[in-house]
Amino acid sequence: MTSIPQTATVTGRGRPGLLGLCWSRTVVELRQFFRLPDAVFFSFLLPVLFVVIFSSVFNEDIEGPPGVEPVPFPQYFAAGMIAAGIMSTSFTALATSIANEQHNGTLKRLGGTPLPKTAYFAGKVMLALITSALQTTIILSIGIAFYDMSLPTDPELLGLFAAVFVLGVASCSMMGIAYTWVIRNANAAAAVVQPPYLVLQFISGVFFVYSDVPRFLQIVASLFPLKWMVQGLRQVFLPDWVAVDDYGGSWQTEWVIVVLVLWTVGSLLVARRTFKWDRSG
Amino acid sequence: MGAIVVKSVRKRYGELEALAGIDLEIAPGEVFALLGPNGAGKTTLVEILEGYRDRSGGEVSVLGVDPRGAGADWRARIGIVLQGTAIFEALTVGELVDHFAGFYPAPRPVGEVIELVGLAEKREERCSRLSGGQKRRVDLALGIIGDPELIFLDEPTTGFDPAARRQAWDVVRGFTALGKTVLLTTHYLDEAEQLAHRVGVIIGGRLAALGTPAEIGGRTSGEAIISFRPEGALAESPLPEVGAVSEKAGVVTIRTSAPTAAVSALAAWARSLGVGELPNLAVRRPSLEDVYLEMIAAEDGAPREEVE
Repeated sequence: MTSIPQTATVTGRGRPGLLGLCWSRTVVELRQFFRLPDAVFFSFLLPVLFVVIFSSVFNEDIEGPPGVEPVPFPQYFAAGMIAAGIMSTSFTALATSIANEQHNGTLKRLGGTPLPKTAYFAGKVMLALITSALQTTIILSIGIAFYDMSLPTDPELLGLFAAVFVLGVASCSMMGIAYTWVIRNANAAAAVVQPPYLVLQFISGVFFVYSDVPRFLQIVASLFPLKWMVQGLRQVFLPDWVAVDDYGGSWQTEWVIVVLVLWTVGSLLVARRTFKWDRSG
Repeated sequence: MGAIVVKSVRKRYGELEALAGIDLEIAPGEVFALLGPNGAGKTTLVEILEGYRDRSGGEVSVLGVDPRGAGADWRARIGIVLQGTAIFEALTVGELVDHFAGFYPAPRPVGEVIELVGLAEKREERCSRLSGGQKRRVDLALGIIGDPELIFLDEPTTGFDPAARRQAWDVVRGFTALGKTVLLTTHYLDEAEQLAHRVGVIIGGRLAALGTPAEIGGRTSGEAIISFRPEGALAESPLPEVGAVSEKAGVVTIRTSAPTAAVSALAAWARSLGVGELPNLAVRRPSLEDVYLEMIAAEDGAPREEVE
C-alpha cells in the first residue's frame, strides 16, 4: 500500500453517458455468464441436448391431410424448442441471477453508486438477447444440418421470425424480472423458477403435438407467452396445414404479437411496482 | 456547515423504535466512528444517511443534500463500503474496479486504487479466488474508486489480519489527509481509537455518548483501574477501603479516582500480612473498551463479556 496522491490523475470527464453504462453492464453480464460453466450448461446447452435426444427418440413423421408432405417430428420439435430455449435464456436465467443479486447484496452495492437502474436492467436484457440469439442459432443449425429444416425465403416469414424472437426475449425477460418478486430465498431460486418453465413447456406443446394437449390445459397455456412463441415459430418453419391440424385452422399471427406485447408491458408494470433492490438484510 | 447533519432522526419499525431521536453533526474532514452493540440502531442510522432507508421523522443533510431520493450526482460524491455483500465474483479485481470506475464522473485511477488497498498482485485474479480479507480490500477499493468527498465504512477491517488492518487504517488516514470525511462503524474499539477524531456510541436507538475517544465516559478526568491476583494470605483477608472492588477469575479489580493512595494502602495491607509484592499488580486508565463495555452493561443491566 502506498500513500494517496493529492490529486487524482484522471481528469473529470463529466457524468458517464447512459448508453456507455448500458454497454459496460452488458459486457460484465456476458463475462459473468460465460465464466460460470454450470450456468452456461443449464440455461444454454440443455435445450440443445433436448433437441438431440427427443429427435432421436421420436423420429417419426407427423402425417397431414392426404396429398401433403408429412412433417418430420424433429422439425416440429425444434421449432418449439427454439421458443423454449428463448424462455430459458431470458425468463429462467434472469429470474435466477437477479434473485441471487437481490439477496447477496450485489444490487444494494450497485444501488449505492451513481449507476442508473436502467443500465442494470439493460445489461440483463442484452444478456438475454445475446444468449437467446446464440441458442436459437445453435438449435436452428442442428435442425438444418440433421433434420431437413430450412430458413423460410418469404420476407414476411423472416420478419415474423425476428418479431417473435425479439418479443419473446422481451416478454420473457420482463416476466423474469417481475417473477423475482416471489423468490423469497435465493437458495430456493432454481426451485421456484423451474416449475412454471417446465409446466409451460409441457402444456404449450413443446415436447409433443399441441393438439394432444387436453383442452383445459390448452386454455391455461394460451394465457402465457410460451404457447404463442411456439405457435409463431411453427408458422415460420412448418407448412400451413399444421395450423389447421394443431391451431384450429389459422396461425393467429396477430394474437401471437398481441399476447407477447401485452406480457412485455404487463410484466414491466408489475416489476416497476414490486421490484426490490435489496433483500440481503 | 457539517458534512453530515442529523436532527432528531427517528425510525420506527411497527412497534419497535430503532432510532429514538438522534442529533449529530459531523464536520468536513472529520473521521467519525459510530460504536454500538448489534441491534442498537447503528446500521439503521448509517443506511438512512446512505439513502438506503427512509426515516420516520427528523431531518438529515449529507453533503448538503437530503439523502431521501437523492440522485446520481449526489451518489457520485459519496463512497460506500458495505459489509458482507457479494461482488461480481467471476470478474477479476482489475475488471471489477475498472467497471465501477466507469460509474463516476471523475474516478481515481484504477491501478492506483488497487495498489492503495494492497491488491496489486491480485489484479488479474478472479474475485471468487480471493480470501475473505482480500475481498474486504476489494470492498474498500470500490468504495473509494469514485474519489468521494465522504466515505461510509461499515466495519471495514472485519476479517483482516493485524497487518492488513494497519494497512487499511493507513488508507483511511490517507483519505483524511486529503480532507475527506469518513463515517466509520466498527466493533473494534482500538480501530475507533486509532482512526477517529470523535466517537459516538449508539445504545438502544439513542446516542449514549459523544466525544473524542479520550473524552468518552470522562476518561481523562475519570477513574483508574488497579488489578492484582490475591494469593495465600491476601486471599483470606478482607481488602482495605480503596474503591469499588470486583473479582473475576481470581483477579481483583479496583476502580478508584485516587489510584496513588489506593496503591499505597494496598501495599501497607499486604505488608501487614507479610507479603512484600502484590502478585500481577497493574494500574491503568480505563480503555475506550472498558468504558464502552460498561455502558452496554449498564444498558442491559447485566455485565457482558463480548463486544459482538
